[in-house]
Amino acid sequence: MDENASARLTRRALTVAHSVGLFLAMLVICLPGIWIVLSSLRPTVEIMAKPPVWIPQEVSLDAYIAMFSGIGKGGIPVLDYFRNSLIISVTSTVIAVAIGMAGGYAFARYRFRGKSGMFLGLMLTRTVPGIALSLPLFFLYVRLGIIDTHIGMILAYVALNVPFTIWLIDGFFRQVPKDLAEAAQIDGCTRWQAFWQVEFPLARPGIASAAIFAFLTCWNEFALASQLTRSVNSKTLPVGLLDYTAEFTIDWRGMCALAVVMIIPALTLTYIVQKHLVGGLTSGAVKG
Amino acid sequence: MKGFKPSAPFLLLLPAIVVLAAVVVLPLILSLYSSFTPFRLTRPETFYVFVGFRNYLSILSNADFWWAFGRTVLLLTIALNLEMLLGLGLAMLVEKATRGQRILRTLMMFPMMFSPILVGFQFKFMFNDNIGLVNNALQSLGITQDAIPWLIEGHLAFIAIAIAEIWSSTSIFAILILAGLLAMPKEPIEAARVDGCTPWQTFRYVTWPFVMPFAYIAMTIRSLDVARAYDIVKIMTDGGPAGRTELLWTLVGRTAYSDARMGLANAMAYFSILLSIAFTVYFYNKLAAARAQIGAEW
Repeated sequence: MDENASARLTRRALTVAHSVGLFLAMLVICLPGIWIVLSSLRPTVEIMAKPPVWIPQEVSLDAYIAMFSGIGKGGIPVLDYFRNSLIISVTSTVIAVAIGMAGGYAFARYRFRGKSGMFLGLMLTRTVPGIALSLPLFFLYVRLGIIDTHIGMILAYVALNVPFTIWLIDGFFRQVPKDLAEAAQIDGCTRWQAFWQVEFPLARPGIASAAIFAFLTCWNEFALASQLTRSVNSKTLPVGLLDYTAEFTIDWRGMCALAVVMIIPALTLTYIVQKHLVGGLTSGAVKG
Repeated sequence: MKGFKPSAPFLLLLPAIVVLAAVVVLPLILSLYSSFTPFRLTRPETFYVFVGFRNYLSILSNADFWWAFGRTVLLLTIALNLEMLLGLGLAMLVEKATRGQRILRTLMMFPMMFSPILVGFQFKFMFNDNIGLVNNALQSLGITQDAIPWLIEGHLAFIAIAIAEIWSSTSIFAILILAGLLAMPKEPIEAARVDGCTPWQTFRYVTWPFVMPFAYIAMTIRSLDVARAYDIVKIMTDGGPAGRTELLWTLVGRTAYSDARMGLANAMAYFSILLSIAFTVYFYNKLAAARAQIGAEW
């Protein structure tokens, strides 16, 4: 009886400890984001207040209104940055996924000499730190006259994304059984037809998430963008964030508002792809 | 070349190879060349002066560079290990949860959606000595009366950066390790329990070897862009105070664009590239070994 009771007690204590631990972990994860959203809604006076004001007294959307009402009122040309970000990210994503599909299919379906080395080689091009790559690119782009243009950024981002899209798409094609395409070919499809009619539709959700992942990489990239863009012609949102920091002062509220604007598309898209993304990355882990 | 017919995989990989050659390999060759010149952006003619290994020699004898190098390695070691441990803990906490799995998993991925630049900014805000959340909380709770100079004192700034880095990347480990835990067959664990293993033994000898490839996938992904830390540091301290948080990448950026000494910066950049490649190849090999260990075909 005593033993039973103590065992029950231990079990209950463990359950409580587990819940508390889980709660604390989630709190740490979410708190910074919540704090940013909250600060974007509060007047600057309240953010700066000493002693701190914990419970917001006034909540307003002023920061957002100021931001989108253009230069002069809000201070920075957010709409231009937003447009640049969108054009650059979408275009380079489309190209990177097309290239990634070809490459991923080659890795998933063919055996060829030096396959493993080739794969590692492609991955290694991704390891080059953005800032290190930006030096020669900067120089080349100045020579070619494509510094501070959309084309230049798109080109750089395609190269940035191709290795990773290949990895992901390779994983998704591996999950599609080889037999299906072979069956289609026996039934008279060419390999090309078999790909578009059978394999592509099955791998489509995965490819879509690879696309979203590529999009997010472009959307969030800073190291290259900060050196290869100069003006509103091509500056993206992450670079625009720096506009809120002056030499000695920082407009915290405006920065928080821009941060929220940047994070909302990322949040939505990541939520959509989360399941596929993990599947694609790990499909090679237990089955070759 | 008559009768030469390229194989299908070669044709399929051709676009990828062309793009990467044009945008990554070619510029890298160019930068390799310029690392042997005293090239300055402001004096284009210096591009054609060849100085051999002078840039590399001056780097090797440069204390600032070695400090930055050591600091980068230290930051990566601390961050990667803690991320791995915390990610493992988080994944196991979430896996044990009986209710709300879906919402927990979504929350867990929250930091992954933040771009590094946002992470940097948000922690700069939170660690601000005057109005930051951390100091405000400490003062309101009566733990301290002083404003702790988080981003202004060298060591504290390094810790703050490490925390930001860990916060942003732990979830990659957590989500992939969780995927491993969920994909794991249940029989071996039950068998271990029947055979009288303690929970620790079960974890150490059954669960862990199975989850390891997943952890290494996370490591490989992380090492593919360890240089993300550049964004965080750039925003949080910009290498300050007085160069105390200068990492290899911020040093490269400063030498190249602020001092306009491209040749020297390119030589430094090569060190950072080698560092990244070393990390990636190391984890990639580990990954292959871990896969082989649990009997997966490669």
